[in-house]
Amino acid sequence: MRPDLAAIVHWVPRGARVLDLGCGDGTLLRSLWHEREAPGYGVEIDDDSVIACVANDVNVLQVDLESGLSLFADGSFDCVILSETLQTIHRTELLMREMLRVGREMIVSFPNFGHWSARLQVLLGRMPVSETLPYEWYETPNVHHCTVADFEDLCRRLGVRIRERLVLHEGKPVTLLPNLFGSLAVYRCTAG
Amino acid sequence: MNAPESNPAYVIAQKARFDAPIRLKGGAELPSFEIAYETYGELNAAKSNAVLVCHALNASHHVAGVYEDDKENVGWWDNLVGPGKPLDTRRFFVVGSNYLGSCFGSTGPASINPASGRPWGAEFPVVTVEDWVEAQARLADRLGIERFAAVIGGSLGAMQALQWALSYPERIRHSIVIAAAARLSPQNIAFNEVARQAIMTDPDFHGGHYYDKGVVPTRGLRIARMIGHITYLSGEAMAEKFGRLLRRGAPGFDFDIDFEIESYLRYQGDKFSTYFDANTYLRITKALDYFDPAADFGGDLTKALARARAAFLVVSFKSDWRFPPARSRELVRALLDNRRIVSYLELDAPGGHDAFLLEDERYHAALRAYLGNIEL
Repeated sequence: MRPDLAAIVHWVPRGARVLDLGCGDGTLLRSLWHEREAPGYGVEIDDDSVIACVANDVNVLQVDLESGLSLFADGSFDCVILSETLQTIHRTELLMREMLRVGREMIVSFPNFGHWSARLQVLLGRMPVSETLPYEWYETPNVHHCTVADFEDLCRRLGVRIRERLVLHEGKPVTLLPNLFGSLAVYRCTAG
Repeated sequence: MNAPESNPAYVIAQKARFDAPIRLKGGAELPSFEIAYETYGELNAAKSNAVLVCHALNASHHVAGVYEDDKENVGWWDNLVGPGKPLDTRRFFVVGSNYLGSCFGSTGPASINPASGRPWGAEFPVVTVEDWVEAQARLADRLGIERFAAVIGGSLGAMQALQWALSYPERIRHSIVIAAAARLSPQNIAFNEVARQAIMTDPDFHGGHYYDKGVVPTRGLRIARMIGHITYLSGEAMAEKFGRLLRRGAPGFDFDIDFEIESYLRYQGDKFSTYFDANTYLRITKALDYFDPAADFGGDLTKALARARAAFLVVSFKSDWRFPPARSRELVRALLDNRRIVSYLELDAPGGHDAFLLEDERYHAALRAYLGNIEL
């Protein structure tokens, strides 16, 4: 399992109602159900992924995140998860507000663009390609890259309170200069 | 996964007769009635593998396979239902039930009214989706089915699958609702009303008592069907299929058939008017118009669905403008409000409303996956 997903499973309280945005084939939701008895729904736009969710016996809703979370009532989830999807969202602010409208807390993970290898590649005049940023610039689904520092700025601006942070590199926690040495960041946040 | 194969045996249309009266939603009572049905596969010992297939406007209980004496007559959902197909009859016991008021075998306007000894005609009551579910429940009793593993349908059939979850929450484990709406829009009702007016203003309609006059309101039925067909296809599918192709190669500057689409609509209308009953058509369009589970709850669909217990699979098609995805999302939203188990697929299939009948790879893959996960 992807290291950020392992962290997320750990953070979700037993029996919590979860919403996994950009849930892929439903792997995380399956783990949450089996390990944390947390029932949930996934949101996914890609046909093949949605069918994979159905095959994995995961509840999935094929809607576009960009139009917000209008299917979901206020406060209907304990935890809303956005794992490695933030960087693909056009209307980032809208979605973050929506996540905290429908859920008591949100868990967000994203590749850290501030990692030294990305900085070095930019310094050398190239768009970064790495394990956490595997795409060439012309084929990437990512539209909004950010760094650990950038994300925390946005949280401040939106009045989002960061409850926990885990920055990883190659699956291991990074505590020294995380914005420089971490390639993957995971946050647990609440409103205000 | 096994490859689809042709049905090993021919299918047989059956009839179940019920002598206990049925009180209809509209207030009328039928003293007795018959329901035409077909079954495919075997009911298992635990009676846990039964799936009810509900049909839409112009179809029947003949869901899959062919008859021994009519091998051309293939069931309307044969691409989905059969051995090795997504609704696998080697695993499930599938029941196709014809609705009350039909012209394909169940008691309907052309049946004999026991009170008069003549066809019901205009006297046959207006039936509703709730009434159909009631009749199907009696059929289930007769077949020894306490609880369906799933009830599935598209369009008007999907409304029955939804109503099953509301009328008999404990008797259905999964409700599969395809290309549906929880109620018709005024625009939907408007199309239905034009179709009804076409039939009722046909001089051969005789107020619904045309059976003993030896005539059929063919012109009205043709137009009703043509209108219907326009709403079943997407503009895109129509453009792709027919374009602006001219039948005769050049405009005729007359009122004979110019464009291929005209030819298609006329053909569909003609065909329909030879096999479908006008009184039935009037009643099913009314059943569509009246269907609105939220009506008794001040229009609140969330409250209306509170008694549902089934797990739901809701499927819509982006090119469907008759019941567009937004209508399915209303249903999904109400199910989510009630914390029901639900999955929702919004497929980018080009077929319009009729996409639910077509063989789209993703659509069928999703149904196969969902049905395959139903525990027996």
